[in-house]
Amino acid sequence: MTTTPATTTGRMFGSGIRRREDPRLITGTARYTDDITLPGMVHAAMLRSPHAHAKIRAIDTSAAAKAPGVLAVYTNADIEGHLKAMPCLWLVPGADLKIGTYWPLAKDEVRYVGDPVAVVVAETTYQAHDAVAMIDVTYDPLPSTTDPQKATASGAPLVHSEIAGNQAFHWTVKGGDVDAAFKNAEVVIKDRIIQQRLIPTAIETRAALAQYIPATGELTLWNTTQNPHIVRFASSVVTGIPEDKLRVIAPEVGGGFGSKIAQYPADVVTIFCSKMLGRPVKWTETRRENYQATTHGRDHVQEVELAATRDGRITGIRCKVWAGMGAYLSTAAPGIPTILHGLMLSGPYKVPAVHEDVYGIYTNTTPVEAYRGAGRPEATFMLERLIDKLAHELNLDPVEVRRRNLLAPFEDGCEVITGLKYDSGNYQAALDKALDHVKYDSLRAEQARLRQQKKYLGIGVATYVEICGLGPSQVAGAVGFQGGLWESAIVRFHPSGKVNVFIGASPHGQGEETTFAQVVSDELGVSPDDVKVVHGDTDQTPMGWGTYGSRTTAVGGAALAVATRKIKDKAKLLAAHLLEAAPEDIDYGDGKFFVKGSPDRFKTIQDIALMANVAWNMPAGMEAGLEATSFYDPPNFSYPFGAHCAIVEVDAETGRVTLKRYVAVDDCGPQINPVIVEGQVHGGVVQGIGQALWEECVYDDNGQLVTGSLVDYAVPRADALPDIEVLSTVTRSPHHPLGVKGIGEAGTIASTAAVYNAVVDALQPFGVKSIRMPMTPERVWRAIHSDAKEG
Amino acid sequence: MYAAPFEYYRATTLAEAHQLLKAHPDAKLLAGGHSLIPLMKLRLAQPDTVVDIGRISELKGITVQRDGLLRIGALTTHAEIAASADVQRGAPALAEAAGLVGDPTVRNRGTIGGNVAHADPASDLPTVLLISGARFVTAGPAGERTIPVDDFFKGLMTTALRDDEVLTAVVVEPIARGEGSAYEKWAHPASRYAVVGAAATVAVRDGVCASARVAVGGLTPRCTRAKAVEAALAGKPLTTESIAAASAAITGDIGGDLLGDIYASAAFRGSMAPVYVARAIAAAAGRARA
Repeated sequence: MTTTPATTTGRMFGSGIRRREDPRLITGTARYTDDITLPGMVHAAMLRSPHAHAKIRAIDTSAAAKAPGVLAVYTNADIEGHLKAMPCLWLVPGADLKIGTYWPLAKDEVRYVGDPVAVVVAETTYQAHDAVAMIDVTYDPLPSTTDPQKATASGAPLVHSEIAGNQAFHWTVKGGDVDAAFKNAEVVIKDRIIQQRLIPTAIETRAALAQYIPATGELTLWNTTQNPHIVRFASSVVTGIPEDKLRVIAPEVGGGFGSKIAQYPADVVTIFCSKMLGRPVKWTETRRENYQATTHGRDHVQEVELAATRDGRITGIRCKVWAGMGAYLSTAAPGIPTILHGLMLSGPYKVPAVHEDVYGIYTNTTPVEAYRGAGRPEATFMLERLIDKLAHELNLDPVEVRRRNLLAPFEDGCEVITGLKYDSGNYQAALDKALDHVKYDSLRAEQARLRQQKKYLGIGVATYVEICGLGPSQVAGAVGFQGGLWESAIVRFHPSGKVNVFIGASPHGQGEETTFAQVVSDELGVSPDDVKVVHGDTDQTPMGWGTYGSRTTAVGGAALAVATRKIKDKAKLLAAHLLEAAPEDIDYGDGKFFVKGSPDRFKTIQDIALMANVAWNMPAGMEAGLEATSFYDPPNFSYPFGAHCAIVEVDAETGRVTLKRYVAVDDCGPQINPVIVEGQVHGGVVQGIGQALWEECVYDDNGQLVTGSLVDYAVPRADALPDIEVLSTVTRSPHHPLGVKGIGEAGTIASTAAVYNAVVDALQPFGVKSIRMPMTPERVWRAIHSDAKEG
Repeated sequence: MYAAPFEYYRATTLAEAHQLLKAHPDAKLLAGGHSLIPLMKLRLAQPDTVVDIGRISELKGITVQRDGLLRIGALTTHAEIAASADVQRGAPALAEAAGLVGDPTVRNRGTIGGNVAHADPASDLPTVLLISGARFVTAGPAGERTIPVDDFFKGLMTTALRDDEVLTAVVVEPIARGEGSAYEKWAHPASRYAVVGAAATVAVRDGVCASARVAVGGLTPRCTRAKAVEAALAGKPLTTESIAAASAAITGDIGGDLLGDIYASAAFRGSMAPVYVARAIAAAAGRARA
């Protein structure tokens, strides 16, 4: 055997190397679901309800069935007995959960604009769409309801006739004596907040390609999903195809933001079509369908109260939240406004008493699911608004009020009033860093000076802590999640010393192909270029629960770290054997396993990989191969935190808001790749700013989606944004093997509140207290010029 | 979003375009495709026949005519107009507006001819052309015709173009010494169309407004020349106060038939009209003095 030289890589953990995903993405060679073409493939198109709510009297498919190229037209009558109803997989306990039946194709009644009614399969996409237009459905329109609070009024139209008050669930979180807090409060601050409905708008719309092989009974589904293993599990339940014969592949996925978590009707209908026709069937939604039928986010009406002392200390928080669920409960929907929202009610502050009632409400709208941040932005926003309002009420600086309430630093656990145990935090340090960076005091002076010239500068601060790294499976079970929340990794060394990593999570833009290679490199001394990370194929990768909730590195990264350490343990034993030394005399450093005191007697990991694979000379009892698997179930969630600062200028004459600066200080623990962290913060911040300033999904009084296209729904554009200044503090998670937390959603969680607070801060000379989001020029201008200030 | 079936023909010369239009009288003309194709994909337009004139080279390019007028071929893209030194010098408001149309993709594909023929009331170029002494050159079976800008825009997505005519060029008058022009736009954050667009050409003599042309878009079913504002401004010093006073007259120019949507109500657009008009006048006056 020859000795290969040790790879000297330097420390890869913490290095801002370029993303290996990017060359294929930016040169257009990446392959998405819709790019895949199979021999004999045909195309499906969906007929969707034009009504928010209607009885289906009759469906005449005869003309469509005779149209050129059409192979089949299916309605609910055809799928009955073949497909089960869509499952809800987060059955939050103790909440009187009522699930309205969610058919893959509507049965007798449609409940939102976009509810699928029929599917056409044809030789070409155009033929399928042309034939869809020939299906004649007779509807009897019914009254509809779209506002989650108004839908609870007596006499409001019922989305599901058997579910009274449209109430899907009523969930409560309580801690401390909140009634006493309000009885004894020196100050009470109230607000009514509309967390408007948002449309996630991934660049790639959703698609499914199903290939059923009649001879074997096997089905492969290429799908735009964040969690192929959950899709396999849920598709098996709905279609009856056994899990061992179902393969789900998430090829390149062009953005998800939570909208590609759910199990969707169209995907199981596509499977059904392939099974019935024995041909591969592809369905790709149009942007219009994407807006109507891919899940939305947020949609809360929040009535919140905060009790405090006159010196600005919080004594209690009490609130009611009406969370719109849409017409059906999507896969994870009930967990979003409850577990991921209500439990974060006290944020980074000492709050002795809380009480929140959350009502999940059906409306005649597109189902609502996770959207980047998922529950936590809605909680952070409530708190950060209340704190700023308290500051204004007490004539204190909003920063000072935060300082008086932030939890003291802790390194290993802090129990809060909602029952969670935060892992580690140093909130004051993050706030100080943000304020130092923007030179807060001089900004305030500049603000005062500009006001003399009738220029309105606003400074907005938001401090936050969030829950991610979902999560301990025992907790998942206790809170009704119908699955585990562990992750898995296989690290496999090939004879040449090259490595494949197989993970159960399914990154789709977050960059783990790069960062996970860095982790392997850092732990075992191989070059990151020698590590390929494989994900997104249930036949290739071990079971895992997917990429959402900022969990891929926070949980999957832990699985990877444990697997590499198993490799290292075995490699050490094998090195000892080959070097004829005792295992306890072997040290590891810089890619070499060497004899203590004799650094020239060493084996590289590549030497060991070769020997383990050929197995010519192994210690007695040691198995061949150099491969390790870890199924990692985290002992706790992780709790990233930070402080963001937005600086805006408001043109009082036109109501236009210009974002001048944005500073983000986030603490996600040690950073594997700071450039990727920065990118995640950028994207997250921008989506949060979108909610503050531009984005709103609007239904009219008849339940028609008014913002049904990119001409009407305003996603953020680069030319409206300043350079985002990204800073960080580093506080290790005490329970993660690498100390890391998640960073995928942090930006979104803080930025809506920071920008909102900045705009309201700018308008203090006008006495403005609230502006409905998004803060359009008209709303800002009316807030300035109206005599009666809202809330 | 898939268009309904249609026949597609490509003309490579103007004569060929006329033959195709004669054979298919209901055909729609396709230039850059940034107005027609979205409508077709939403099936809001379902023409049986599309005649693609996008590659007729004689309709492209910007020239300064011997009489000094700027001739902009109908197929000239927004990006070309925005980047043209001749347009920047001769019609600064037009270069400015062309650079604010949509986004870079739209500006690289969309053409001035397609834009004005579509006559969207919230489009930028029609508003600016109203203050640029523009005229539209068309070619039909009966020969060439020139339509002054004040007669061209008839109403919501309606122009004076006849079905058998092809718009070949837009001709604009360059600004004279002592004149300046500017365009102020409040863009819809999604569509990038003008919620309010205001354009002004101002001639300054001895610190006083010798004459002005002012127009607004986005407010009414067609872009509107602001004659009352122009009259109120003429002979006045170009101070902030006098510009504001003159701009208030826009309320009369636009009348009561205002556009509105979920993003900006008709009433609010009406309130914003004098603000943006004043800003356009001030910017134009500033350039005239510079």
